Amino acid sequence: MEPGDLGLSTSTTPRRSRGRRAGLLAALGTVPFFGYLAVFLLLPIGVLAVEAFRATDPVTYQESWSTDSIVAVTDGAYRRAYLGSLQLSATTALLAAVLGLALAVAVLQAKRGRLLRRLVLTASGVLANFGGIPLAFAFIATIGTSGVVTALLGDLGVGLGGFSLYSMTGLGLVYLYFLVPLMVLTIVPALEGLRPQWREASDNLGASSWQYWRHVGGPVLAPPVIGATMLLFASAFAAYATARALVGSSVPLVPLQIADALSSNVLVGSENLGKALALGMVVLVGIVMVFYTWVQRRTQRWLQ
Amino acid sequence: MRRRGNGAWRVVVLAVLGLYFLIPIAASVWYSSRSNGELTAEFYTGIPSAPGFAEAFGRSLTLAVLTVVISLLLMLPTMVLIDLRLPRLRSTVEILTLLPLVLPPIALVVGVRSVLAWAPDYFYGTPLADAFFALQEPSLPWILVLVYVVLALPFVYRALDAGIRSVDLKTLTEAARSLGASWPRVLVGVVLPVLRTSVLNAAFLTLALVLGEYTIAVILGFQTFPTWIVEIAGSQPQLSVSVSVLSLVVTWGLLLLISALDRRRAGKDS
Repeated sequence: MEPGDLGLSTSTTPRRSRGRRAGLLAALGTVPFFGYLAVFLLLPIGVLAVEAFRATDPVTYQESWSTDSIVAVTDGAYRRAYLGSLQLSATTALLAAVLGLALAVAVLQAKRGRLLRRLVLTASGVLANFGGIPLAFAFIATIGTSGVVTALLGDLGVGLGGFSLYSMTGLGLVYLYFLVPLMVLTIVPALEGLRPQWREASDNLGASSWQYWRHVGGPVLAPPVIGATMLLFASAFAAYATARALVGSSVPLVPLQIADALSSNVLVGSENLGKALALGMVVLVGIVMVFYTWVQRRTQRWLQ
Repeated sequence: MRRRGNGAWRVVVLAVLGLYFLIPIAASVWYSSRSNGELTAEFYTGIPSAPGFAEAFGRSLTLAVLTVVISLLLMLPTMVLIDLRLPRLRSTVEILTLLPLVLPPIALVVGVRSVLAWAPDYFYGTPLADAFFALQEPSLPWILVLVYVVLALPFVYRALDAGIRSVDLKTLTEAARSLGASWPRVLVGVVLPVLRTSVLNAAFLTLALVLGEYTIAVILGFQTFPTWIVEIAGSQPQLSVSVSVLSLVVTWGLLLLISALDRRRAGKDS
């Protein structure tokens, strides 16, 4: 379609049909966008949802419909991986939400803190995107087996007290490194939306700080804080690169199990297992999102 | 009195989180600048000549530039069109573009792998299969570009949306149209300059995203910059840390550049 046809043509057709034609042409202009998403986002997920229900016979290599893979991933080691992933992402998301909120409030409330504020905000922008591989190696250099801090504590005779970077707890500590900045980035706009006049009005009416947050600040901030926490959860749940570089597959996490299933050339049907595991992730994220929209609607109605 | 009491927790929060964020960076610099107890820059100067670096980094950079170009070609006209003509589609487009933010990339790539497997399974010998194989050329894997465009969508959308909301595109484009400009000319001569900062912002974020992306590349089996770092980490741990430090510095530089551009523009407008 020629972009020049977007409906501003000077033809003498009656106004009504010209308007309809223009609308149709404008709608045609969105075809590349919707087409692209259909092919590269919806098609792969759709294929996942269908092929997770296929099975390959180990002897004849015949394919058939089956729920074997789906049943397999809800039990045993795979069930542990889902629970591990859910536990890790829920814990780190909640911790990061609290810490990020505290940091954002501390920075915004600081008087004469414009430099501090710009520093923290740009640093958050960088660190929120500083995930994956470089992050894993930075932590290995710090508290890994031969890390700088590990050696320093060893010299002091303190030791890490049983803490290991290559464990679920270690992984959580690393995840906070990109989750806290992400929380700061997403929550600062909402905090800036809190008018100082509200605080002044509440102070003038004799309300305590607790009363202000209980009745004014809290209810206004609740939806954006819940939304941001959900985003952190999804982000931690999906993280693969950091976990792979740090713990290999010694910690039960779904993304690691998926990669293992895909790279296994020995086991026939492990490809389908990978698809079933991935479908499980999509379903879990979907449930979280449905819950999120429900909470958002509830809090919004309560605010009105 | 109450305000002063509140100050203490603020200092504690800033100090604890400040240490938490600074120590790994400081430790990485320390770790990667010492050899047998002596200060050295060999792990930094050795990066360009490290085996495989030039090839992997060059490939990632090419993929990043292609992703930026395709993302902008896809999103800019669509979003301008939505803003000017189809405001009712705005929320649909918004939800669809934000979807990749919550969808795990590893789930997406498993789906992409299944689709790519259709070529040998069902389409063998047809032109379609040849096209599928061409997309997976190891020297320049176009399939990565196509998937990265999806991953970059949320960032591109939010950057462009911020720009579009801050200007009155309708008036500007109508003025240009009534002065006789064609639609392509309006896009290049009016829309693009007005949205310059947003477009740069979207481009930089996409660049950083692609240069750091690991999951998709490793599952589809292609060699890029991040998969190269993981590969060398086993034999040269200090080199992998120095590359990590450098990539942090480069991202920081890019983002500072954006905020500098932003401020200059804001200063000019006000």
